Amino acid sequence: MKEEIRRILEKSSRGGADTLMPVLQEIQAIEGYLSPEIISEVSKYMGIAENRIYSIASFYDQFSFVPRGRKHIRVCSGTACHVNGSEAVVQEINKQLGIKAGQKTKDGWFSLEVVQCMGACSLGPVVEINGKHYDHINPEKIRNIIVALREEGEEI
Amino acid sequence: MTQIKMHLLVCGGTGCRSSHSELVAKALNESLANHGLDAEAKVVSTGCFGFCEKGPIVKVVPDNTFYVQVNPDDAEEIVKEHVLKGRKVQRLLYLDPEKEKTVSDDRHMTFYKKQIRIALRNCGFIDPENIDEYIARDGYSALAKCLTEFTPQQVIDIIKKSGLRGRGGGGFPTGLKWEITSRVQADQKYVICNADEGDPGAFMDRSILEGDPHSVIEAMAINGYCTGASKGLVYIRAEYPLAIKRLQIAIDQARKYGLLGENIFGTGFNFDIELRYGAGAFVCGEETALIHSMEGKRGEPTFKPPFPSEHGYLGKPSNVNNVETYANVPVIILKGPEWFASIGTEKSKGTKVFALAGKVNNVGLIEVPMGITLREVIFEIGGGIKGGKEFKAVQTGGPSGGCLTARHLDTPIDYDNLLAAGSMMGSGGMIVMDEDDCMVSIAKFYLEFTVEESCGKCSPCRIGNKRLHEILEKICKGEGTMEDLEKLKNLSQVIKDTSLCGLGQTSPNPVLSTLENFWDEYVEHVVDKKCRAGVCKSLMKYTIDQEACVGCTACARACPVNAISGERKQPHTINQSICIKCGACMEKCKFNAVLLQ
Repeated sequence: MKEEIRRILEKSSRGGADTLMPVLQEIQAIEGYLSPEIISEVSKYMGIAENRIYSIASFYDQFSFVPRGRKHIRVCSGTACHVNGSEAVVQEINKQLGIKAGQKTKDGWFSLEVVQCMGACSLGPVVEINGKHYDHINPEKIRNIIVALREEGEEI
Repeated sequence: MTQIKMHLLVCGGTGCRSSHSELVAKALNESLANHGLDAEAKVVSTGCFGFCEKGPIVKVVPDNTFYVQVNPDDAEEIVKEHVLKGRKVQRLLYLDPEKEKTVSDDRHMTFYKKQIRIALRNCGFIDPENIDEYIARDGYSALAKCLTEFTPQQVIDIIKKSGLRGRGGGGFPTGLKWEITSRVQADQKYVICNADEGDPGAFMDRSILEGDPHSVIEAMAINGYCTGASKGLVYIRAEYPLAIKRLQIAIDQARKYGLLGENIFGTGFNFDIELRYGAGAFVCGEETALIHSMEGKRGEPTFKPPFPSEHGYLGKPSNVNNVETYANVPVIILKGPEWFASIGTEKSKGTKVFALAGKVNNVGLIEVPMGITLREVIFEIGGGIKGGKEFKAVQTGGPSGGCLTARHLDTPIDYDNLLAAGSMMGSGGMIVMDEDDCMVSIAKFYLEFTVEESCGKCSPCRIGNKRLHEILEKICKGEGTMEDLEKLKNLSQVIKDTSLCGLGQTSPNPVLSTLENFWDEYVEHVVDKKCRAGVCKSLMKYTIDQEACVGCTACARACPVNAISGERKQPHTINQSICIKCGACMEKCKFNAVLLQ
């Protein structure tokens, strides 16, 4: 287990039930998802039953139980992005990468998530990849972005 | 000592940052240093100016010059021409599309002319990461005034008299809420700020927190004084990293200055604020759900009463207000309730911040007095519909609101009028739609959102919305009947009447309002099997223009289901019974011979 995860867990054992969410958020920020092993550890440290942790974590969109790709693509499907054509962007990604929302490419390089509003409505359709925002995206632009990111993968 | 004579304000809101405003600020700084001007002019990274359409924005004060769509490469010219020689860079000024001439002063731009900025007073004006700039704009003097001159009840009376109502959507009188919390006896109370902005199409809370976080902190402290709470909690979306960062900086600075912590202004008043991160559940905007989420539980709402004012966070009385509501408070204290009440309509006082987006020319964040008409907002401030298309509808209130149409354009906007028109104020998203948007499909879109976000606790919302969505899907596929339209209406009413919380009680609004205002469009889908906007694919037909087709066979080769036939160099045809309407043929055709009708 990573040292920083152990530190979070040790800190968590002193907190009450209301600190569960921040603990899960911190872990996900490091690991990218919540693995069964991690949930089992959190359960032991915090004295909260595993099924309860699953019950809470599965309620919120933020938590993922599967690992993400190296390049995690988030497409905004808020109303402003929707009326400006975000659906076509999602379809283009489906076509280019052969994955649907919530899935990962076989090589583990890309994963796709369709999210509710990111609050960047003036720039829609908006796509965020590993923290970087891309504005006014259309099928052609996303195709070029994917090509560029894929080349990055090949170099490594 | 040289004095700073000029400030270059660079927008550092999320919108402009996405178009690299940080690089613009960096380039300006470098250029100033190169010309030895860094002692005379200063670059300030501010919060959102609101005019996101034209970002990144750079504003030069004191002469109020408003530069739009500035690139890092433009920095040198701004410094050489404007800062050094006092000559405005004409090519970067805003071009008024109507008068076809440039406008340099933002106060003369149609986008700003009708706006009154109260909640957004400091956004785009101060550096949100510097408490001194907030203090220079009378920051924390409202808190000082409350603590030293007024009793808690006097402050509550001021807020009550101002007529301020909750800006999160519900419109509950703010002063009354404060009074209820203040009257409950308890050893511990909480001040909660709802910054879990989950409405798709709304970004006003984020902009306030990014541009002026201290105004929210100050107001929360004032609320703590009124209600007798010593602890404040901000429940903020984890998806807003910049807002979180700036709010945390602001809290730390306020603590350092003794404006948060113990014995504030030497009056014996203690107050401090902590952040809690929302994890992406729309229902957590509902106050009881929000409180459960903060307690580390599933964010499910509970029946009210008891209201959070009596039984809130950890069972203690808690005052929950939204970001924008708080941002109004310090100004009301300083300028007086009469001043605030003089703006707006009879029952809705002050201003409202709207996130104007969709098919409108000037997309951005605006703050307008209550009572302004939709026409003024969309056609004057918003600059009309993009691409000269026809206005069709405006959606307010997010998934809880409705779609209003051309006949509502002259309705003054306030809580009660929007409700009467079948929509609601909501948190302030305003999405403009044009002739290319299908209203049945838009209703379906919102229901998709509601089905996804329903917490599942009560069955009308969990099952009812799912059924509504299925019926809408059927209609969009061209399989709907007139009976389905009746079912939509009846089921919507049942969901509204019987759901537990605000989410379910308002979720059928997009359906009901589109049924009411766009009945003809529903009937077209059901009876004529037509979608006039060309959105519902199942109702569309791909055909080949026999005259334009040269028989190149590109479409036939692209078709994944072999629905296209024809000899080489002869016009091709599409077999409608096989076609899956994927559009691949249209994409491949170089002669514009494939038509979509």
